[in-house]
Amino acid sequence: MSRLPITKTPKPYVGGAFIRSESGRVFPVKDAAGNFFANIPQCTRKDLRNAVEAAAKAGPGWAKRTAYNRGQILYRLGEMLEARRAEMIDTLALFGATKSAAAKDVDVSTDRLIYYAGWSDKYEQVLGNVNPVAAPYFNFTVTEPMGVVGVLAPDSPALLGLVSLVAPVIVSGNTVVAHVSEKTPYPAILFGEMLATSDLPGGVVNLLSGFRKELLPTFATHTHLRAISATASADERKTLRLGAAESIKRVKFTDSDIDWFAATAQSPYAIRDTLEFKTTWHPIGA
Amino acid sequence: MLANSPSAALARLFDEVGTVDCVGVEERVAKYTTRSIKKASKVKGLKLAVSMVDLTTLEGKDTPGKVASLCRKALRPHEDPGVPSVAAVCVYPAMVRHARKALGSDTAVRIASVATAFPSGQAPLKTRLAEVKAAVADGADEIDMVINRGAYLAGELAEVQDEIAAVSAARGDATLKVILEVSELETYDNIRAASFLAMRVIREGDFIKTSTGKTSLNATLGNNQVMLEAIRDFYLDTGVAIGMKPAGGIRTAKQSLQFLIAVKETLGDAWLTNERYRFGASALLNDLLRQIETQKTGAYQAPYYFSDAAESY
Repeated sequence: MSRLPITKTPKPYVGGAFIRSESGRVFPVKDAAGNFFANIPQCTRKDLRNAVEAAAKAGPGWAKRTAYNRGQILYRLGEMLEARRAEMIDTLALFGATKSAAAKDVDVSTDRLIYYAGWSDKYEQVLGNVNPVAAPYFNFTVTEPMGVVGVLAPDSPALLGLVSLVAPVIVSGNTVVAHVSEKTPYPAILFGEMLATSDLPGGVVNLLSGFRKELLPTFATHTHLRAISATASADERKTLRLGAAESIKRVKFTDSDIDWFAATAQSPYAIRDTLEFKTTWHPIGA
Repeated sequence: MLANSPSAALARLFDEVGTVDCVGVEERVAKYTTRSIKKASKVKGLKLAVSMVDLTTLEGKDTPGKVASLCRKALRPHEDPGVPSVAAVCVYPAMVRHARKALGSDTAVRIASVATAFPSGQAPLKTRLAEVKAAVADGADEIDMVINRGAYLAGELAEVQDEIAAVSAARGDATLKVILEVSELETYDNIRAASFLAMRVIREGDFIKTSTGKTSLNATLGNNQVMLEAIRDFYLDTGVAIGMKPAGGIRTAKQSLQFLIAVKETLGDAWLTNERYRFGASALLNDLLRQIETQKTGAYQAPYYFSDAAESY
């Protein structure tokens, strides 16, 4: 007797849970061979709003953790990815990557998580400062996370693009609401399952699948998002800039054709892009 | 069951006022959350909800300064002049005179005060009545009293009703709101029966209220529905219109619209006014303002754009 296969319902990771879209809508995704793979939730602006609420709720607790602990958790996320390496490689291959390209995507993604995990308790020494001032004061500059950050991930590389944009944002205590690749959303949904098992508090990273065109204007105008880190076309950049200007929001674009695999694609300055600086004057001898 | 046991007293009351179909109520209220209210009707509903808020602060750390700023917010919740002021501020009796000072005597915002040894009600009747009189003398327009749940559960129904009547006599011209504290009454049957006990001895225009907000379970659509139906049945019997105030646990604009749907579909438009329906809430007002602004600008709003939200995230 043949057995009925149990297929997985892909659901993106939002607020520490795997959700369907509030709209109930889905869109079909095909694998590289053109066969139907699964229906993926088509998240709406209301799902985005709910994700921002979840991110805002998780934010203070995440930012209050020690830098060391945030590093440990990012490292643990790397461990989870490494443990499910084969599954992730097969998934990327299913959507058109060669086996070797898929392996490279997964391995560099893992290494990138470990890279930023290492920076967690070190970027402050590099980006913060004791400033020389011509008066009897100690003058310090320290960094603070901005809050909830919107991420718009590229289509390719399917996993590394998302990881490269998310990791430097959350390492400093920000939380993220990310739109994942519209073309190949499933690797990001699988990555969500690793986020869920990595000790990362629910709501720190929220992933939304769906149509970029529908969600982009809300990413631009939602006033609770303090910054956007995105790969975007010229038209999308315009929409994002206009909406961001309305809500005084910082925008950081990454060119989608950069060499994501190179060492130059990772840097403490990527952490700086979603930090606020606070300078304190303290009287000497007081 | 002995004829003079507590359960016999309650059973007689249930026979008289009728019991509640628990499953039916839950099914009915589940439908309220499926209504789709959008655009102009949503804005109208949100503004109506603002006008029904009893903006509340009931904490041990309340100060005259905090009450004064609450009063300013009650008068002018938002810079947009299209947003109405709230129905009332709700404070402890000791804060009534500070609220009166902040609001002045000629104001649309009323002052409600929780008298009668709020929230437990466990003080001698004489003390509770003195508290009511003192609050009214200090300028309270409305008195929120708690019923004696201990007496109710012990079957001393006459005592419960006599105490409500005594408070009603003591409050003078002020409006009375009778808090049933539904979480301590435990069943829908008890909530309905206690609603009737109260409604029979209060005046037209007075309110029955779900809870103190100090226990784990507060206003839900379910117990709101039971009380609305009690008000409806009482009105059809006697012609006396009693108001309703759910309190505690209503934090989002969406919830408040669902409660308003329950009012409209159970009691009709005549109750869609702050003279007959109120929300006892503190956090709700900010979410209402936030949603009104979202409707106006088309952009989702951050909570820290509105006063009171101290967190920066």
